[in-house]
Order: sequence, then C-alpha cells, then structure tokens
Amino acid sequence: MSESAVDPDEVEHIADLARVNLDPEERERFTEQFADILSYFETLDEVPEVEPDAELTNVMRPDEVTESLDREQALENAPDSEDGFFKGPNVS
Amino acid sequence: MTAQAAQEREHAVVIGLEVHVQLETDTKIFCGCSTDLEDAESNTHTCPVCLGLPGALPVLNEAAVEAAVRVGKAIDASIPEQTRFHRKNYYYPDLPKNFQISQYDAPICQDGELEFTVEGERRSVGIERAHLEEDPGSLTHQGGNIDTADYTLVNYNRAGVPLMEVVTEPDFRDATEVRAFLAKLEEVLEYLGIFDATRDGSLRIDANLSLVDVEEVDEDGTIDDDVLAEANRTEVKNISSHKGAEKALAYEAQRQKNAVKRGREVEQETRHWDESRGITVSMRSKEEEKDYRYFREADLPPLEVSHWKEELSIPELPDARRERFGEEYGLNEEAASKLTTTKQVADFYEDLAATFDPDLVATWVADELLGELNYRDMAITDVEGRLDEIERLVELVATEEITAKNARETVLRGMLDDGDDPDAIVDREGLGKTQRDELQGAVEEAIEENPDAVSDYHDGEGGAINFLVGQVMQKTGGSADPGDVNELLRAELEE
Repeated sequence: MSESAVDPDEVEHIADLARVNLDPEERERFTEQFADILSYFETLDEVPEVEPDAELTNVMRPDEVTESLDREQALENAPDSEDGFFKGPNVS
Repeated sequence: MTAQAAQEREHAVVIGLEVHVQLETDTKIFCGCSTDLEDAESNTHTCPVCLGLPGALPVLNEAAVEAAVRVGKAIDASIPEQTRFHRKNYYYPDLPKNFQISQYDAPICQDGELEFTVEGERRSVGIERAHLEEDPGSLTHQGGNIDTADYTLVNYNRAGVPLMEVVTEPDFRDATEVRAFLAKLEEVLEYLGIFDATRDGSLRIDANLSLVDVEEVDEDGTIDDDVLAEANRTEVKNISSHKGAEKALAYEAQRQKNAVKRGREVEQETRHWDESRGITVSMRSKEEEKDYRYFREADLPPLEVSHWKEELSIPELPDARRERFGEEYGLNEEAASKLTTTKQVADFYEDLAATFDPDLVATWVADELLGELNYRDMAITDVEGRLDEIERLVELVATEEITAKNARETVLRGMLDDGDDPDAIVDREGLGKTQRDELQGAVEEAIEENPDAVSDYHDGEGGAINFLVGQVMQKTGGSADPGDVNELLRAELEE
C-alpha cells in the first residue's frame, strides 16, 4: 500500500459517516493510526487466497413466531427512553 | 453542445425505480419476532437479534426466501446458483446494528421483466434485480420536523421485517407508465399471496429521473447506456403509493425541463417528495455507494436455492387469468379485467361460476358487489367472512327466488349497511317468490270473492280499496305489507 494511503480529509469523511466529531488534534492522531491499521492489512495480502468454507449452505428456520422480549427488557440497556420508545438526540 | 442549443432541444424523460415491498411472513426475516404490528405498542416485537444486541445471531426465515423465489418466478427472473447476504453500513438510529443486512453482488433474483398495459398499449419493463433485506425501525421526530425536532423516539418493532427491493431498468418514459407498472406489480404480488397492500408502509418507492435529448432515443425506444450514464439524474425518495409516484415524477420531470429551458444544468442530487405540498425538495447529500462499505455477512451462510424455482408453485397470474376468463366464461374484457384485479375476487367468481350462470355471476360480482363495496369505500377483504352469504344472494337471484332489482336495492344494500343475512332480509321484506305468489293469490281471491267492492272501486268509491286491502291482509295473516297489497290490488283491478 502506498504511503499516501490515508490523508486527514479521508479521516474526516470516515468520521462523518460514523457521525463522530473530531477536533483537529484527534484528526491528526487518527490519521496516523489509520495508516498503521492499514499497514497491518498488508500482512494479510501475503495470505494465499482461498474460497471461504462453503460447507454450510441453506441454513434457515421455519416461519414460526417465538416470544419477543417484553418492553421493559427491550429498553433496559437504553441510556434514555420515553413512553416505551428509545430516546435519542435529533437526527436529520 | 452550447447551453443555448441545449435549451432548444426536446427532451425525453428516463425513469428507473427501486420499489421496496414488505413481504407477508408471520415472523421477521432473521428472528422469530412476530410481524403482526397492527395496534402493537412500541418496542414490544423485538429480541436480541432485531435489537442488534452483541452476540445475537441472525437465522434466515425460510418463508421469506420462498416468497422471493416466487417473485422471481412471476417476473421470469433467474435465481443464481448461489446467493448471499452483505452488510450495508450506515449510522442512523433506525438501524440498531449500524448496518443493514441486505444483498449486494448476488441478489436472489436477476434479469426479470414485468409486462403491463398503459393506455391500451402493452409495455414491458426490465427488472435488473430483486433482493432481500431487513426493514429498519421507525423514528418519530418530537417537537418539530426532521430538521427542527428537539429529540428522536425510536420504535424497533418494524426492524427486521422482510423486504424485497425490486430494481427496474431505466425503461420508463413518463410518470403514467410508472403508475401502471406499480399497479401491476402490486397485483402480481397480491396474487402470489406475499403482499398486503392495506398494510401501512407496504410499498415504498425511490425513483431516478433524468432527461436525455430525444435525438438519442432509438426507434425501438432504447437509449444507449453511455448516454444514460452521462445524464445528470435526481433520486426522488419518500414516495409511498402509485398515485404519489405519478404526481412526484410528473413534477420532477417538469422541474428538470424548466431548469434546462432556463439554461441551467440539472444537479445530480437526492430529492424528497413532499406529498402535502406536491413538490420535490433537495435533501442534504447522502452517502455514495462506496460509503456503505458493503462486506459479506459472515453470520449467514450462502443460499443455494435455484432449484426452488422448479419446486415452488405459483398461482395463475392476473394476465393469464384475465385471458382465460374471456375464453372460458365468454366474458368481455372489462368484466374479465374487473374480476381478476385481486385473486380473492377471481377465486370467488370462479367458485360461483361453477354452479350458476357465469354471465349472471359476472354481473353480480363485477358490477353489483364490487360497485356497492366501492361506494362504501370497502374491498372484498372487508366481507371475507361473509362470502357464503353473498353466494346465497346470488343463488336467490339465479333461481329467480327474488328479483334482481330487489336483490340489489334491498338485500345487498341491507347486507352491507346493516350486516343482515340475505334470507332474513327476504323474509322480513316479503321479497321471496313463494311470498309474492301467495300474496298474488290472495289478491286475486279477494277480488273474486268481493264483486260488490270491486264495482264500488270502479265507481270511484275511495273506501272500497281499503276494504279489499283488509281482506287480503286477513288472508295472509297480516304478514303482507299494506302498501304492496294496495299496489298489487290496483294493478289487478286496472287490468
């Protein structure tokens, strides 16, 4: 992989997609780290290409209803909820 | 071409669709949570799988795959030897896992087509692909619209409901064609028994629309791929009905034409159809395909179901059935068409036509029943449990037990408005043939037995008719309607 694999704009773009705000310092740090991470993938390039183990196919279940969680359980891990809904900030 | 020249050119409209269809299964696509969401309270149909909790593993619902193969069969698509699932990554709170399980490089249906009729002409549109995926959850923006809301409430009941995304070739040349195609698609899906049009959100449409120079359209209506690739197109989202699609795309076509006429370029962008205002508005630009970072869903092994296409049967489809109705029952095109729009109506018609005169049944189902239902904003599904009563009504008419006029005006309307059963109405209103014959007999007897009153009547004595009515009422034990008796007597006396 070439040295210019990651530039700060790319990091910014990835952060946008993940809806994460980065300050300039973080951006710099992540740019370096991204480059490091990508270089690990170069190691993977040395692994011979094989087809994934395709022994398992057509794993399916019948269309039969199983019990759902009750609402309290479903919302238990939510940082915030309201009237039986998960609650989060405005998104657009 | 100069801007000046572009302005003066005539343009052809090119439209392609992505139609999201909810498949009717009992459970979600990757877990056993029920899909019966009508009147369900929020977040009561979820489990670790559809909430995306760590470690939960999806297992594919066989019924969803069967439904997809049936769709493939109906649109004459090929089912590849192997098909598989991918993760489509994007961050939005309607996706609890931050990715949607979908299909990417090997969709379950490829290269199909669907024929339909528009303004009396047969058209065929190519279906590039149709793939399976999971529905996201639903969001409510509290305290304002999507931009101004204070916060968001999320309900994951819908997350994981099976969807099929049907992607057409850019074969449509105007909004009317789109509407006719969607109606046909719904009709076919309904026949396959995998789709419920009455379900909220059962059909969602995104459309791509661009303009090309008419000179670029070949004689057979096709347009070169390079020309299409070069044209700037807009993607119109948030369309939820046939009618909405026609309106939205007619609007968008005109908007683009106006832009070109004013010498401006059409911007490549995503636009949102605002149904209430009847316009499309620009949306902040969304991710490009590469931003979705598709990769293989390792938790779902590949599917090899191409042989299901032979093994699974599909019912006779609407067009074939329409044609057969014409040949087998001698119905005209209009009647055959009305009777085959939904499978339920067509099945009901055939049930009755096996016993009674097919022509009479056609009139009764296509005109009387559907007419009265339509007038009440009802569909055949609303009288599902009462088809035997309607059959009884047709029997009463077919055997001439009651007159067609009474059957329609009194019995059918009474059945639909008051929920009564046909025999009860016939009895109550004295519409039966036996009752009519008895009454006629009593009228004739009364006239024969009372020559004095008859001659008084002919002499213009008003009281005479009342006396005769009284006599008839006595003979029928008071069951007859005095008004009917009066009418029958006068008719008899004036002969």
